[in-house]
Amino acid sequence: MTTVLFAIVLGLGAGVLSGLFGVGGGILFVPALLALHRTQLHAEATSLAAILPTVGAGVWRQRQYGNVRWRAALIIGVASILGVEVGVQVATELPEATLRRLFAVLVFAVAANIAWRRRHS
Amino acid sequence: MLRLVVIGIVAGFFSALLGVGGGLIIVPLLLLFAHFSERPAMATSLGAIGLTALAGTIRYAFHGDVEWGYAALIGLPASVGAVFGTAMQQRIDSRWLSLAFAGLLVVVGVLLLAI
Repeated sequence: MTTVLFAIVLGLGAGVLSGLFGVGGGILFVPALLALHRTQLHAEATSLAAILPTVGAGVWRQRQYGNVRWRAALIIGVASILGVEVGVQVATELPEATLRRLFAVLVFAVAANIAWRRRHS
Repeated sequence: MLRLVVIGIVAGFFSALLGVGGGLIIVPLLLLFAHFSERPAMATSLGAIGLTALAGTIRYAFHGDVEWGYAALIGLPASVGAVFGTAMQQRIDSRWLSLAFAGLLVVVGVLLLAI
């Protein structure tokens, strides 16, 4: 029960922060899932599933502004399936610690990106 | 067209490797190589991420790596939270807050390297 509540609080918090700072959910979902004692690989796989409802809500809101270029989104999305296949193979082969270090590099990159955007806004 | 395909393949690789949507890759590439401006780039990346995350979820699910209960417990409250976060963004001065958030991410990164 405590775990369920903790997960909901983490999810809610991750959602607020991602909306507030314009970052994707995944960068926060993976650390949240690690805090819930999931393995790195399971945290990443589960994060992708958790992204789906958030993205659905986001697309629906953006559509009201008429900003989504559907043809481009479709081409990128379909082409990404090829990259996904390779990415999954690599992720499942890599040791957990290596995968976690790679994710940490991404977290630092996002932090740098936010700081950079702040300077140029 | 070819550029969009390349952007998709690169974004898909990093998305599946790291468990994220891939917006951090798609948005700058659309700005730099496909002559998008920022708002359409962000909106379009969301549309693409839907497909990328779906493909990654299905692929990992076949592998038995997706924990559906946790995905729902995190993802559903997060989609509600994101609506609030986006609304708050327009009302508050988020300049110092974003620096604090960048600091928080650095702490998260250091913790990830420590465990």
